Amino acid sequence: MNILVCVKRVPMTGGTIVLTPDEQAIETRHLGFTISPHEECGVEEAVRLIEAQGGESAVLSLGPADAEEQLRDAMALGIDRAVLLQTDEEFDGQSTASAILASIEADRASGVEYDLIFFGNESADAGNYQVGIRVAHALGRPCVTGVKGIAVENGRARCEQEVPGGRDVYDVPLPAVVTVKEGLNLPRYPSVPGRLRAKRKPLETRTPERGAPGVEKIRLKLPEGDASQAEILGHGPAAAPAVVDVLRRAGLVA
Amino acid sequence: MTLVYVEHQDGAPEDVSLQALALARDLAGGEAVQALVAGPSAADAAAALGEHGVTTVHVPDHEVFASHAPAALGRALTQLAARLGSGAVLAAGTERGNEVMAHAAAIADLPLAANCTEVTAGDPLTVTRIRWGGSLLEEARVHGGTKLLTVAPHTVEASASGGSPAAVEPFTPELSDADTAVRVVGRVGTRSEGGVTLADAKFVVSCGRGVGSPDGFAPAEELAALLGGAVGCSRAVTIAGWRPHTDQVGQTGTKIAPEVYLACGISGATQHMAGCKGAKRIIAVNTDPEAPIISHAAYAVIGDLHEVIPAITAELRKAGAG
Ligand SMILES: Cc1cc2nc3c(=O)[nH]c(=O)nc-3n(C[C@H](O)[C@H](O)[C@H](O)COP(=O)(O)OP(=O)(O)OC[C@H]3O[C@@H](n4cnc5c(N)ncnc54)[C@H](O)[C@@H]3O)c2cc1C
Ligand SMILES: Nc1ncnc2c1ncn2[C@@H]1O[C@H](COP(=O)(O)O)[C@@H](O)[C@H]1O
Repeated sequence: MNILVCVKRVPMTGGTIVLTPDEQAIETRHLGFTISPHEECGVEEAVRLIEAQGGESAVLSLGPADAEEQLRDAMALGIDRAVLLQTDEEFDGQSTASAILASIEADRASGVEYDLIFFGNESADAGNYQVGIRVAHALGRPCVTGVKGIAVENGRARCEQEVPGGRDVYDVPLPAVVTVKEGLNLPRYPSVPGRLRAKRKPLETRTPERGAPGVEKIRLKLPEGDASQAEILGHGPAAAPAVVDVLRRAGLVA
Repeated sequence: MTLVYVEHQDGAPEDVSLQALALARDLAGGEAVQALVAGPSAADAAAALGEHGVTTVHVPDHEVFASHAPAALGRALTQLAARLGSGAVLAAGTERGNEVMAHAAAIADLPLAANCTEVTAGDPLTVTRIRWGGSLLEEARVHGGTKLLTVAPHTVEASASGGSPAAVEPFTPELSDADTAVRVVGRVGTRSEGGVTLADAKFVVSCGRGVGSPDGFAPAEELAALLGGAVGCSRAVTIAGWRPHTDQVGQTGTKIAPEVYLACGISGATQHMAGCKGAKRIIAVNTDPEAPIISHAAYAVIGDLHEVIPAITAELRKAGAG
């Protein structure tokens, strides 16, 4: 079995987001980078499936040269090889999907067909909720979204999606596209030997093509009225009566 | 003509879909707004939707719509929009709304702007949409012949316009085997015990890394039980394996909207706060008076959660609660 996982490098914003002066991006000079927790679960699931059933796993990211960090992190957890679609430009949902599609087609031309492609349900930063579904349509494959449970058997994937009141079940034939959510599994931590192995695993860099953006960013802005200063109710256990007072005013205590 | 994909529960339109309709009416500026409603009892939505300005409810007729079938819905929506010559198609920015609209966007090869909070008519259209689960906003231009948008839940008010019941028009979409291959085939883990869920609780007490261990949650459990509330946590806790992911509040966890959110030993990362923006009042309990959460909370207690939580429980007992 061949599995591909798509991950996006995003800044690890802390308690407050600071924008660059031109309002085009988040100020990242003092920040670390990561991928979405959804995508981390996609990486973990791919590694588990290949461990159990054999085959090869690959991770793909469209982003700057520094996205190599996220690709190596995924390989440290057990992914076999990586593809970097290197660009410093921002791609919208539509052009991200086209670039990923072109890369999958290039793999196919060199004999690699993916049975399963994992995406996050939505990217951490842009939250377009669409890249996986677009790629699935372009490949003519079924797509199940928001998956929190998956069993792959006899050429089919049985997927569970959380809905109010329980879990909906989908059953689709492979090859398929599955977008996943955090909670699918509990990802492992990388081991030291895993990190060392990851340095030597193959990483191929390709150049993606960007079409004109269909959703064209004008500027970013912070939501209003977010920052205030809390009223200090007190210190330690002595504050308990003041807390109960707030609960009472909120109608939670008679 | 503006088209809206409306979600419903046994013929009662979802509030979030009515919110999307309000934005659609604004955008349509007096032009007709029509709806696609699928599934059993879809036609029952006609009266309520008429009140919210919908003139015609289109019901796709195919056995696949007996259960949720996102790709088929995307196809039906695309065909209907083309036939009606819709300038814009909208849906609520729910999991399903975003999913169906992404299918439609993929089929029609059109841009899709997810989770918009504001729209200004024009070509291109100008929108404000949410990023990072609501911690950041983006102003953007949306191009394309038909504008595809979803409306971020609870950012626009639904408003009845007092119209008469909408006309109901069944139609038969042309669906391929691929369109009908993805559909719900069963339901597992059905909850029936009617317990309080994290998403619906009026009181939520969460603990973060500061709780130190899985056992550290016992006092929070006791306090939640006393007030008929629910226990939550931060991602630092779930990735440590101390609580299941279903307890996680945040951008990639559950979104909560309680009367009071008591956040203990949680620093207040933007991704955590994205999940509790809907809380009426946040009380932070933290040993660090400089923790970022202090500037997002209405109230704060500076102290050790291991002492503060039991003290609140004791005080409530003294006051006769529980
Ligand atoms: C894309 C993305 C999505 C994410 N989604 C989520 C999400 O859905 N939910 C989420 O929670 N996080 C999410 N995160 C992680 C988030 O960025 C933070 O890492 C996480 O919320 C930190 O958890 P914490 O506040 O418990 O831990 P910390 O940041 O380590 O904070 C611990 C706090 O406890 C205080 N403390 C310590 N001991 C005590 C004590 N005895 N009594 C009182 N206070 C004490 C400390 O002063 C500190 O403020 C996401 C991250 C990314 C990048
Ligand atoms: N730049 C990117 N590189 C790799 N994968 C991406 C990128 N952008 C989006 N994706 C994938 O598509 C999913 C959905 O993204 P989005 O449609 O932006 O919400 C993400 O969780 C990733 O799996």
